Amino acid sequence: MKTFSLGGIHPHDNKLSARKPFKVVALPDVAIFPLEQHIGAPAKPIVAVGDKVLAGQMIAEAGGFVSAPVHSSVSGTVQKIATFTDGWGFDKMAIHIKVEGSEWVENIQANSELRTECNLSSEEIIKKIADAGIVGLGGACFPTQVKLMPPKDMSVDTLIINAVECEPYLTHNHQLMLEKPAEVLMGVRILMQALNIKKAIIGIEANKMDAVELLKGELIKEKGECQHKVSAKNTSVTESVDVLLTDREKVPEVNVVPLKLKYPQGGEKQLIEALTGRKVPNGGIPAAVGCVVQNVGTAFAVYEAVQLNKPLVEVMMTVTGPSVTNPGNFIVRIGTPIEKVLEMAGGIPADTGKIIGGGPMMGKTYSHTNHPVSKRSSGLLLLPNDMAAPLEEKNCIRCGKCVQNCPMGLAPYLLATQGEMALWDDMEQEQVANCIECGCCTFTCPSNRPLLDYIRYGKQTVMANIRARASK
Amino acid sequence: MNKWIVSSSPHVHSGDSIQKNMLYVVLALLPAYLVALYYFGVGALVVSVIAIASCIGFEAFIQRFVLKTKVSISDGSAALTGLLLAMNLPSNLPWWMVIIGSMVAIGLGKMCYGGLGNNLFNPALVGRVFLLISFPAAMTTWPIPEPFSMAYMDAQTAATPLSFMKFDQMLPPILNTLIGNEGGSMGEVSAIALLLGGIFLLWKKVITWHIPVSILATVALFTGIMHLVDPMAYENPLWHLCSGGLLLGSIFMATDYVTSPMTPRGQIVYGVGIGLITVVIRLWGSYPEGVSFAILLMNAATPLIDRYMKPKRFVSK
Repeated sequence: MKTFSLGGIHPHDNKLSARKPFKVVALPDVAIFPLEQHIGAPAKPIVAVGDKVLAGQMIAEAGGFVSAPVHSSVSGTVQKIATFTDGWGFDKMAIHIKVEGSEWVENIQANSELRTECNLSSEEIIKKIADAGIVGLGGACFPTQVKLMPPKDMSVDTLIINAVECEPYLTHNHQLMLEKPAEVLMGVRILMQALNIKKAIIGIEANKMDAVELLKGELIKEKGECQHKVSAKNTSVTESVDVLLTDREKVPEVNVVPLKLKYPQGGEKQLIEALTGRKVPNGGIPAAVGCVVQNVGTAFAVYEAVQLNKPLVEVMMTVTGPSVTNPGNFIVRIGTPIEKVLEMAGGIPADTGKIIGGGPMMGKTYSHTNHPVSKRSSGLLLLPNDMAAPLEEKNCIRCGKCVQNCPMGLAPYLLATQGEMALWDDMEQEQVANCIECGCCTFTCPSNRPLLDYIRYGKQTVMANIRARASK
Repeated sequence: MNKWIVSSSPHVHSGDSIQKNMLYVVLALLPAYLVALYYFGVGALVVSVIAIASCIGFEAFIQRFVLKTKVSISDGSAALTGLLLAMNLPSNLPWWMVIIGSMVAIGLGKMCYGGLGNNLFNPALVGRVFLLISFPAAMTTWPIPEPFSMAYMDAQTAATPLSFMKFDQMLPPILNTLIGNEGGSMGEVSAIALLLGGIFLLWKKVITWHIPVSILATVALFTGIMHLVDPMAYENPLWHLCSGGLLLGSIFMATDYVTSPMTPRGQIVYGVGIGLITVVIRLWGSYPEGVSFAILLMNAATPLIDRYMKPKRFVSK
């Protein structure tokens, strides 16, 4: 089985909520829509206080080329457009909507049958995706339409679908593939159509073999139908064989590839290498090696946007943790406070010490539970006190495990010390800019050193220095 | 209102710890230690207990009264230094010399650099080489192996196979070096027991193959070439691999985390360096054995190696 070549770790995957069917979280009383739910310029509000809005209606437009609009996920009245303190302690501008119901904008098919016909051009698809406010749902939240328009000098031949879900505990991508395999595959085909390419690879880690089999089965079913259609059109036998062959070549090829379990396989560079053997150059984008990577959740959102006209107003989330009563997978309207989502899983257990947005390796801790679910949300992980308590930091014993496990081939022990001593230029020399902040170094350190904390600190400074130099 | 812990990722840990690594090394030393108890009896027991106890004692004393910091003997590193030092000593060494060796190992080898993780040289080897230079006679008279011997300082002594080699005497059968029925430092005598420990360390991923294999391969190659050039003057490589402190040194001493390079490439350079220096000392130096000196010399080169031997990057330019 394939995997990436350098470093990596094997944390216990703890998929407590695996194969739990999606439950829909009830609407909140007030929904909060931050204007920054993506990388790039914040969205600009296009509604005023007192306006009535419908579910799926655009309430803030894209603030630039790299940006994404925001849509209301509920129907109701705009209460205020003001800052609020988010769960990470930042004051952020947001549109607050008093929820009255779930009345959708007219042309949205909110609960519709599978639609497999799509005759739109690449430009039309990209426009629909941009208008639907879709961003990468793997955590980076990069506006999807930008990724679908690679620079002219790079020729893209492969679409990679990231269905790895290598973070321990998280299961919503897995459940999405189990419940909506045909929709996911249709989303993949639409993305291929938008990119004008004929090849896509779906990478899935081996702890989700049922999803691998299910998607493979769907693909075989589709292929059968396609052949059937082609031969029915033709009268003479020889001709039909010819057409069948040429038509087959035209049929986009989608491969489902199981991957050996190893974190951080879902890292863009690691996944591309695991699936294609290509290595994205330092500071480069995947298109430099002919790839575009999209999360499986994004593929589904693309399907809904293009086929059902439904903007990105719902996200899928895992709510889990060792002491959570009902760990599970949930479909949540954007704007819902995480408190409401936690209630669905049985509330916050008494021994909870940490509430993490995302997985345990890269997630961010919340300081309060009035934080709204946004396009960035992927999971809620509640760690009990004994797992949340900070570990005693000891001297580095130079065991070299951080070096062995670094998937980017860096020397974390050295970078961390340089960060501690504010040696920014040395950190730049040691390629801190290539750090993907996966956390393998800190995870593996027998002296419990907060390696990644110091590295992140230094990386931010170094990146700022690099930007300042470039703008001179 | 509830208060949650806020911290940056990652939020889970592998569970690896300093104690765990030290414990695995102690377990890996167990076969060789049992062989030592069998062949050198009471002497081996006395020397090892004194070494371990005084290493722990000196570390605690220095931290408590000299450095006035938190006493960290519970991490197990002082105990391991003591055990490794004992393994590198003859089992008939007078008790006060063992204590001096421990004091030098912990005080000069470790604490004066700032404690665990900061020392440049392997502490146990600093202790051993200090004793070797200060008390050359006591450090090179080895008790004759005798199962369950009750003798300590009064044990009968003989030379090691390496000194037989050095001084052109008849060699005992090679089987003896495999099982440990020969003279030598108490921990170095049985090749099989040491290899067992090495396999355990590799299995538990405490060490990687790079250092031991590069040392052993270099020694085998170098002595092999010399043996082909002149079989009369130079013994065959198998002898060199199985005798003296080579296995103990390459599996347990050279792989010390603190004093060896961090990257696989650096570890190979380090290992080759140890191998070369060892053979040069063994074949042409005035000491019969050179593993300790070779390791200490390459310890000194470790910061330099780390500076030039960078990890293999994801994308190499």
